Amino acid sequence: MENAWLIPLFPLVSFLFLLLFGKKLKEASAFVGILATLASLVYSILVLLERLDGPTHKAEAVWLTIGNLELTAGFEVNQLNALMLVIVSLVSFLVHTYSKGYMHGDERIPVFYAYLGLFTFAMLGLVLSPNLLQTYIFWELVGVGSFLLIGFYFYKESAKAAAKKAFIMTRIGDVGLFIGMILLFWQTGSFEYDEIFAAVEEGAISGTMITVTAILIFIGAVGKSGQFPLHTWLPDAMEGPTPVSALIHAATMVAAGVYLVASLFPLFNASETAMLTVAIVGAFTAIFAATIGLVQTDIKRVLAYSTVSQLGYMMLALGSAGYVAGVFHLMTHAFFKALLFLAAGSVIHAVHTQDIEKMGGLWKKLSFTGPLFLIGTLSISGVPLFSGFFSKDEILIAAWAHGNYVLFWLAVIAAFFTAFYMFRLFFMVFTGEARSEMKNVHESPSTMTMPMVVLAVLAIIAGYVNTPWFGTFLGDWLVEGNEALGHSHIEGPGWIMIVATLVSLLGIWLAWMMYSKKSLSRNWLSNRAPIAYNIVKNKYYMDEIYEQSIVFGVKAVSLFLRFIELFVVEGLVKLTTATVQGLGKAGAKIQNGQMQTYGTIAFVGLAVLIVIYAVTGGYL
Amino acid sequence: MSSVPVSAFLALALILFCIGLYGALTKKNTVIVLISIELMLNAVNINLVTFSKYGAAPSITGQVFALFSIAVAAAEVAVGLAILISLYRNRRSVLIDEMTELKN
Repeated sequence: MENAWLIPLFPLVSFLFLLLFGKKLKEASAFVGILATLASLVYSILVLLERLDGPTHKAEAVWLTIGNLELTAGFEVNQLNALMLVIVSLVSFLVHTYSKGYMHGDERIPVFYAYLGLFTFAMLGLVLSPNLLQTYIFWELVGVGSFLLIGFYFYKESAKAAAKKAFIMTRIGDVGLFIGMILLFWQTGSFEYDEIFAAVEEGAISGTMITVTAILIFIGAVGKSGQFPLHTWLPDAMEGPTPVSALIHAATMVAAGVYLVASLFPLFNASETAMLTVAIVGAFTAIFAATIGLVQTDIKRVLAYSTVSQLGYMMLALGSAGYVAGVFHLMTHAFFKALLFLAAGSVIHAVHTQDIEKMGGLWKKLSFTGPLFLIGTLSISGVPLFSGFFSKDEILIAAWAHGNYVLFWLAVIAAFFTAFYMFRLFFMVFTGEARSEMKNVHESPSTMTMPMVVLAVLAIIAGYVNTPWFGTFLGDWLVEGNEALGHSHIEGPGWIMIVATLVSLLGIWLAWMMYSKKSLSRNWLSNRAPIAYNIVKNKYYMDEIYEQSIVFGVKAVSLFLRFIELFVVEGLVKLTTATVQGLGKAGAKIQNGQMQTYGTIAFVGLAVLIVIYAVTGGYL
Repeated sequence: MSSVPVSAFLALALILFCIGLYGALTKKNTVIVLISIELMLNAVNINLVTFSKYGAAPSITGQVFALFSIAVAAAEVAVGLAILISLYRNRRSVLIDEMTELKN
């Protein structure tokens, strides 16, 4: 555990190595990346095993000394960090392996693996950070990695735009995080999590200040985790390669926002308003994104909106004091959503389209991917015995127990939508008849299927580490030795579990009726409420609203500034150069080689000098 | 003798100088320009002689200086005309505005 700082360094080494030698290695670069992440994974598991019954390890060194102030850098292995280490390095390793098959034949494989290495390094560094400043640095690095990977197909205009959008949208949130961080530093004189929590506990910070800083930091999490209203970048980020979507936009980076709120949980917990904000934003995002997911026809976009919705669930859990529930769902979601993305990638790999209207009947052709996709779908829908069922249940109980009844019902409806759109996706892709001609449909190579199998196993069993039936191991362990994090298990009424099950089964049944059995027309609702359908279909016109309001405002201001630049700043510059140039031209004209011109000038000059002399000398 | 005032000599010198200057700066023919320069020199000579006779401290030095100036002017004209002749041989022209070698 003392050497946990090595874990992020493996991918960093892979990144640097591939930058230097990638061109020579070509496709063999994949092995470098896979080996590096495998090393990280093995080490992470060792650290987790050691942490299971060991104490928290924290090591720091002074980084900067400014006056009396010492900024430190180091690493910390507490329960949450150790768990995140394993999740990140595991998904990263599997995605590295999967990409070997998925990206096969791409010329820029070394670059791809280099970027993946950079991202993995940043993400692992983020989860090891013991203070806010270090977190912020890695937070931004993660953003860079995401930017590079979304824009990997930079020759596509849409990918370029998506990369920029992702970066700028998350930056907007980061400003909030930055201000919150500085305010906390101003109040406590430290970036250290421990000292901040101690200050909060002692009451050294006023209640208002806690609320303000917590909400500001939450804005950062909103940006990264794609919560409403900064969610629009996440679906567009699907322009990146599918393994990237699985790694970054499902399992790790977007979970960073949830992780941030979780690691600052004592701060949030000290303010009722902040907690309520988190819960409301989370629940609203959960249902908001779920409704959009109902009508999308791009396989990756459905999953993207589902991710936004599930992240909303996690926020709702944290905002309802369900620390364990939030982290638990973060873990299970990382597994089943990564599985779904990888399976979707496998489908895309086979049929070369992302439009589910064109798919259908792939169950027989993709005999491996199909069942794996089904496992992921069952898990996310909250079907009993799968991991998603347990974690979603915990969240619902937490919301109920905290007294957020409205939010609880919102979450239940969102769960219904989730089950419906996930099975809509499943039925449209895998059952029925093929809706377009598909040639050469083939199962993916084993480098792609094996990672999916691992994730599928985890998507089934990961839930059993924290169940009301067999024991709440995860919960007990997560809050051990830290009362500020709340209870390891929140008792809730038993009917919640039944309601959750019924709701998800209802969603599945409806999807089956509409898309498989076709006894209910799929256009039933869109024909009856075309306006509502259009609004949802167009993602509530969020992009258009931003375009008309914020982007328009920024453009107007920039146009105005451009005119200032053009006419005031540049005008001055042009005036100066014009003066010098004019003088030079006049001088050049005089120098024409004509003796007599020179004579005239010399004489005029002499006369002027004499007049000046006469005047100043007092002779005139 | 002393009925002629100093200002008359100086005015003469001034008029001569101005005519010479005008000629030197405007005429196209190089010979005329040279002659105009001679006029200016002579205007200077008149000034020298005038001040040697009627100046604040009259002395013979001014007249000696004028003689020197005349001698130097003669030499200068000789050199100038020699240059002019060789220029004319090369260029078949004595027009001063065609001689723009200074520019290059």
